[in-house]
Amino acid sequence: MTAFGIRLPGMSSLILWGLFWEIIGRSGYTFFLPPLSEVIATFFSIVDTPAFQKALSETAQAFLAGVFSAVVIGIPTGILMGKNRLVDELLLPWVNIFLSAPLTALVPVLMVLFGFGMKSIIITTALFAVWIIILNARAGVMQINRSLTDMANSFGATPWAAFSKIYFWAALPEILGGVRIGVIRAVKGVIIGQLLISIVGFGALFELYSANFLMGHFWAVLIVLFALAFVLSEGLAALERRVSYYAAQR
Amino acid sequence: MDTHPIDMTRSATNASAAAAVSVRGVSKNYGQVEALRDLSLDFPRGQLTSLLGPSGCGKTTLLKIIAGLLQPTEGEVEVNGKPVTGPGPDRAFVFQDFALLPWATVLRNVAFGLELRGVRISEREAIAEQYIRNVGLAGFEKSYPHELSGGMRQRVGLARALAVDSEVLLMDEPFSAVDEQTRRKFQEDLLGLVAGENKTFLFVTHSIEEAVYVSDQIAILLPRPSRVSEVIRPSGLRTRNVSDIRRDPEYLDIVDRIWASLRSYVE
Amino acid sequence: MPMSRSLVLKLLSGVIVFGAWEVAGRIPVSYAFPTFFESMAALVDMTVSGWIFEAYVETLRPLIIGLLISAFIGIALGLWVGLSNWFDWLVSPIFIVMQAAPLAALIPLLVMVYGIGLTSKVFVVCIMAMPVIVLNTAGAVRNAPTNLKEMGYSFLGTEQDIILKVIIPSASPIIFAGLRLGTSAGFIGAILSELKITPTGIGDIITYSRSIADYPSMYAAIFSIMVLAVLFLNFLERTERYFFAGNVRGYASD
Repeated sequence: MTAFGIRLPGMSSLILWGLFWEIIGRSGYTFFLPPLSEVIATFFSIVDTPAFQKALSETAQAFLAGVFSAVVIGIPTGILMGKNRLVDELLLPWVNIFLSAPLTALVPVLMVLFGFGMKSIIITTALFAVWIIILNARAGVMQINRSLTDMANSFGATPWAAFSKIYFWAALPEILGGVRIGVIRAVKGVIIGQLLISIVGFGALFELYSANFLMGHFWAVLIVLFALAFVLSEGLAALERRVSYYAAQR
Repeated sequence: MDTHPIDMTRSATNASAAAAVSVRGVSKNYGQVEALRDLSLDFPRGQLTSLLGPSGCGKTTLLKIIAGLLQPTEGEVEVNGKPVTGPGPDRAFVFQDFALLPWATVLRNVAFGLELRGVRISEREAIAEQYIRNVGLAGFEKSYPHELSGGMRQRVGLARALAVDSEVLLMDEPFSAVDEQTRRKFQEDLLGLVAGENKTFLFVTHSIEEAVYVSDQIAILLPRPSRVSEVIRPSGLRTRNVSDIRRDPEYLDIVDRIWASLRSYVE
Repeated sequence: MPMSRSLVLKLLSGVIVFGAWEVAGRIPVSYAFPTFFESMAALVDMTVSGWIFEAYVETLRPLIIGLLISAFIGIALGLWVGLSNWFDWLVSPIFIVMQAAPLAALIPLLVMVYGIGLTSKVFVVCIMAMPVIVLNTAGAVRNAPTNLKEMGYSFLGTEQDIILKVIIPSASPIIFAGLRLGTSAGFIGAILSELKITPTGIGDIITYSRSIADYPSMYAAIFSIMVLAVLFLNFLERTERYFFAGNVRGYASD
């Protein structure tokens, strides 16, 4: 997009939307939308309150633990599925089912099995993330160019050398792509878990704010959450681009 | 849409001389990159002219400028004495990658040019069926492109270009994506087409043998910046039998001569 | 061989998973973990009594309304974004952020604004389903193959011809895939709203059975909604493959 001969950067229209928000907010059109400036001011006033920091750190812990388990379980499982046909045929239907099934419905089960706490939220987060990681790692291993494996064999590579020097790197763009989508899903999972369990992290904070009609606080937290999620996803996308420069030419 | 394009071009035909298409001082820049510089060339009516050169010499760019798909930075192109401002009914394009609609049958693909010109469905399908037979695809009218081989797909692309009955056919490396045997058959068929249809053919290729085999006139383009380095007109090849051309001394001489002038441009 | 290897393995993997469920329920791993057969018996009871059908009418209403709204508005917006540079600049960032953001966090706000009725639930389905529909449509339109567009122009197609006869047909497989992904997200939204906003439909069965510790019924309800979602998405995927098989393969060189 160019205006007056100047190239406008990609996300710059958000500034315009922010202005629009400010105007709507100031016009007093609705109680539920305070002006953006007020929301930002509220953000600075709550950022160092214990309640906010507790919510943030609890969410971060649950998120990191969930993503870590999803990665640690997902990548080896996916690689195994890509290498072994029997394992693949046994697991693939289930991976596909859970990839698209509404996992939200499982949260009540997790709540009765694992209690109304962090454990359930971590499992929810991992459940949201793990399936796409498995599927991409599998796809990454399966697409490895046959002549690349033949090359490794013809030069007499040991199985470990073949794995660590060739298969892993050849599958890396797909694996990273899976981790990126998995992380985005995990962000959604951690919030959904907290909303349903609602006594931990941001779930508790939202309950508190909406019960007291603290709209400025509510929007401030929403903006922080959305911004964090966006930065995370863009950062991972940038990382992925650095690795997948060779993906197109394999 | 212009409803009498053919009448207008016919009257222009009588006025202008032997060149159906003439390119005058055309330059094309992409930002800092100079794709073509001050290029001039005439394409004689009813003949086949090849644009031959190594990759990156701007031959496809030139063809797309003539087609009206790209605008030149400087200079102009005339078709039958009329300056080109955009795509027109006097030119039809045959694409290197076929550019067939994957969701449409062979019949609709061949008729697509006529469809875009607003020809009624019964009429355009009748015309399309005739050209499908002419290119040897009778029986495949209801097939989809993915069910055809590469060679058959390009026959569809060719039939589509012939169906709109333009005077000038612009062919952008039309045979480069088909296998060698099919390509040879295509080249023979093309010679028949040039002899039989009273059309002007502009043919882009990077194959020296192909250019010498099919052309009445070969324009050799050299890169950085693009220019016409030489125009060769094989004299005796047209009278030969199609299967004897490759043994003809003139054919072999010209192939050697072109290779000698191009070899220094090959990395 | 009477049965194909893949079918045998599918059945086998089903038997393994459901068997493991049955065994875990019999140990039992938790007081709140019924066996597979207990849950299936509860599902049969619910089906016979008709409870589950009443619940699905409730659950599917906001889902279907929301999906229809998302499909129409989403595809329209996506086409506009894909075809117009300035609209792309203006609107895309919103949907890119929405795609990455945990939109579920908007639910408490939606409840404050629209109450606990159908409107809020439809809204939840829409915000979950729409971003992927818009972004897929826009991307597909923007990346419509240049060679086909050039072909259209060279054969004297007008702007409108190219959009209707080249760009939209070539984009439709990806648009359809976007609808499928949107549907998947819509299911998440519909269930989330029933669990979070007010327990109705399937959400009501889940919440109610949990509160009276009727775990087999709770598991049965969850099982049924997941099966329904998977079957429906599978159906969409088959439809997609049926309609667009040639379109996808057509670009492959031979």
